[in-house]
Amino acid sequence: MLFAFGEIFAPSNFLLLVLSGIAGIIVGCLPGLTATMALALLVPFTFTMPAITGLIMLGGLYVGAMFGDAIPATLINTPGTPSAIATTFDGYPLAKKGLAQHALTANAFSSLVGGLIGTILLLTLSPPLAELGLKFGPPEYFWMAIFGLTIIGTLASQSILKGLTGGALGLLLSTIGISPIAGDVRFTFGVTNLQAGVDLMVALIGFFCIPQVLEMVEFGVKHHRPVKYKPQKGVALQTIAFLLRKPILLIRSSLIGVLIGIIPGAGGNIAALVSYNEAVRWSKTPEEFGKGNIEGIAATETANCSVVQGSLIPMLTLGIPGSPAAAVILGALMLHGMRPGAEMYTTFGHITYTFIFSFFVGVIVMFIFTAWGSRIFARMVNVPLQHLAPMIAFLAIVGSFAIRNSLLDVGLMLLFGLCAYVLHKLGFESGPVVLGLIMGPFAEQGLVQSILMGRASGSVLRLMFSRPISLVLIGLCLASVIWPMVSHWQGKLRTGQREQGPAAAEQPSAAITEEGVVMGRDQ
Amino acid sequence: MVSGLMVAQAADFPNKPITYIIPFDPGGQTDIEARRQQPILEELLGVPVIITYRPGGGGSVGWSELANSPPTGYVIAGNNIPHIILQPLQRGNAGYNTEDLEPVSLFQTTPIGLAVLKSSPIESFEDFVQYAKEHPGAITIAGSGTYSGHHIAYLQLEKLAGIKTTYIPFTGAAPQITAFLGGHTTAILANSNDLVQHQDRIRVLAIGDDQRFPSLPDVPTFVELGYDMIPRIDRGICVPKGTPPEVIAILEAAFLSIARDPEIQSQMIEQGFVPMALGAQEYKEYIALKTVEYSELMQALEDR
Repeated sequence: MLFAFGEIFAPSNFLLLVLSGIAGIIVGCLPGLTATMALALLVPFTFTMPAITGLIMLGGLYVGAMFGDAIPATLINTPGTPSAIATTFDGYPLAKKGLAQHALTANAFSSLVGGLIGTILLLTLSPPLAELGLKFGPPEYFWMAIFGLTIIGTLASQSILKGLTGGALGLLLSTIGISPIAGDVRFTFGVTNLQAGVDLMVALIGFFCIPQVLEMVEFGVKHHRPVKYKPQKGVALQTIAFLLRKPILLIRSSLIGVLIGIIPGAGGNIAALVSYNEAVRWSKTPEEFGKGNIEGIAATETANCSVVQGSLIPMLTLGIPGSPAAAVILGALMLHGMRPGAEMYTTFGHITYTFIFSFFVGVIVMFIFTAWGSRIFARMVNVPLQHLAPMIAFLAIVGSFAIRNSLLDVGLMLLFGLCAYVLHKLGFESGPVVLGLIMGPFAEQGLVQSILMGRASGSVLRLMFSRPISLVLIGLCLASVIWPMVSHWQGKLRTGQREQGPAAAEQPSAAITEEGVVMGRDQ
Repeated sequence: MVSGLMVAQAADFPNKPITYIIPFDPGGQTDIEARRQQPILEELLGVPVIITYRPGGGGSVGWSELANSPPTGYVIAGNNIPHIILQPLQRGNAGYNTEDLEPVSLFQTTPIGLAVLKSSPIESFEDFVQYAKEHPGAITIAGSGTYSGHHIAYLQLEKLAGIKTTYIPFTGAAPQITAFLGGHTTAILANSNDLVQHQDRIRVLAIGDDQRFPSLPDVPTFVELGYDMIPRIDRGICVPKGTPPEVIAILEAAFLSIARDPEIQSQMIEQGFVPMALGAQEYKEYIALKTVEYSELMQALEDR
């Protein structure tokens, strides 16, 4: 394996790895620029390079984007790529409390852990994991989407009814455009560009970013900014030490990321949301999520980084890209005359292993950059509102245009944003709407394909309810629906106990208070 | 005056960057081909070529944008057969008409083949037809999209073989192949490059080409087996209707010289594509021919 590191640390390769990684962070930071698009732009430049150098750069860019997308999610409540949706849930509340640096360090460290665990799995378990991915057929996609929708139970902290309404709205939005299975034109009102449907990123910018801008304006008129970010010494070590005491959280989130990465179509957004949901479910203090809990950030960022390696598993072993970004890398491999499959580990073994090992180096370099940079990025919180709000609005407009070079998308984004603002005032949250939009196409495709398959095999019900992975997913759905009720009931019981005795004060807590950080009393 | 101006413009065409619309997501076959062409085009035409993605609606969003672009040759788009014929036929208003897209050059074909897994008891195309006749509707065939190349191939197959099977549309090659390799469908109608990619695991029963496919020499063609069908997906390039012929000629020459390059051709074959090199006029005639063929098929489908 020494040859791999020899290649990676060859001065030009290493320099290009670092440069492409930084480019990736920037791309990830800018909502509207996706990793996929940046990779496609890079591909022609890799023609003239040796295959190894080209792949190292592509890998670095992809990983960098997954590190970078958490930064705007934390600072301005706008995910840089759809993978960072769930990062906004706890990242932005932390930034609002003046603890942006904690949040950003947690991003960097969790992404590092996700990247490392993902790479280890990519290196050691690719063939069996790729086979596992093949077991996902239409019924499994359908149940996975339903499982995803149960996350509404976690996201709708205030009212389940409002959460479900939001989810239904998202599902409806997802039906705009050409229907994925039958090819019908739906809800386009004669506008050709609507045939493409609602782009997830356009909806994300609208639903997350615009209400924030409007609230800033509204708030800025009345008040001054309450919290300033002050750089503190030792934040990085403190945050990392805290996360290191949560190995199960980190490992679970990484595994979720890799597994969902393997499944074509399901990417970082679903992985991060599922991972977030599991973190809430297994937490002893679920009520602290959504208010600025470092564990929430860790769960999402670990998972969305390990998705990168997960999506490369079926790409390298079978030639099936697990994500759109992996599809671009597959294209680059083909243009370099390689055909993914067994050959990748034999004939082209030196290239493949160097590529995989470059992720170890890449994630460490990205970690150093983002962790070190967190003190600088965090200062963004101190930008006065009168400068910050127009800046974010500008980014939102440019970003939503850049996705598909479409003015219609800008209009849609603004429309969504205004709707989201009104909905916020009425107590509806953006999370469930976006969740519905993400899961809608999966649920629809899975269901229609399953019905077609079921009819051909004689029984739709048998197909839906008898396959092993489907049964596991159904079990998860049930658990996910029932769990919030159980934990709510448990929570009530606990508060009751707390009132009875002083012993309850000893409860370990991951709460972060405004005075500083109290990360668990159990140290 | 206007035409004089156009000739003058054509004379120094191109003198500014050309936008190359890919009406699909990055990473697809159309994109791979465009990325291969991009540096050579820039060299031949002497101006930058900017690739831009306008995905959606199975290509219709990009094509309707092209149809509404100024016919100057500075906006070009990849176009695919049968997509540009079937979408306006089936959707009524796809945002463009087939005639709005002026063909420039056709450079690549992907034959569509029928395959089963190696573990399947179906050993040959005859087995397949026989099994389908004995168990009407029980065979499931994974394809990509509805009213797409794969769907048309499926319709032709059912009609010519007199069989009944179940078509399961997927939204792209990746989920389609995952479902097939995972054994969730009996068979697959897939593009030749995917069949070549997965040849270790699958048995290709027949392929849609007029001669045997170089990368899969043991696989019979549908025509050889007695079925008059050549299902395939063609990729080419088009400009908006009304683009001056002089400009089209310049673009045509550039694309043809890439398409005829032996090195490019051998790369394509290696990856499971069939290189082609049709000029504007031949491409136009080809589209006219296919339009008649597909219209009849769609009519037959509606009558069913």
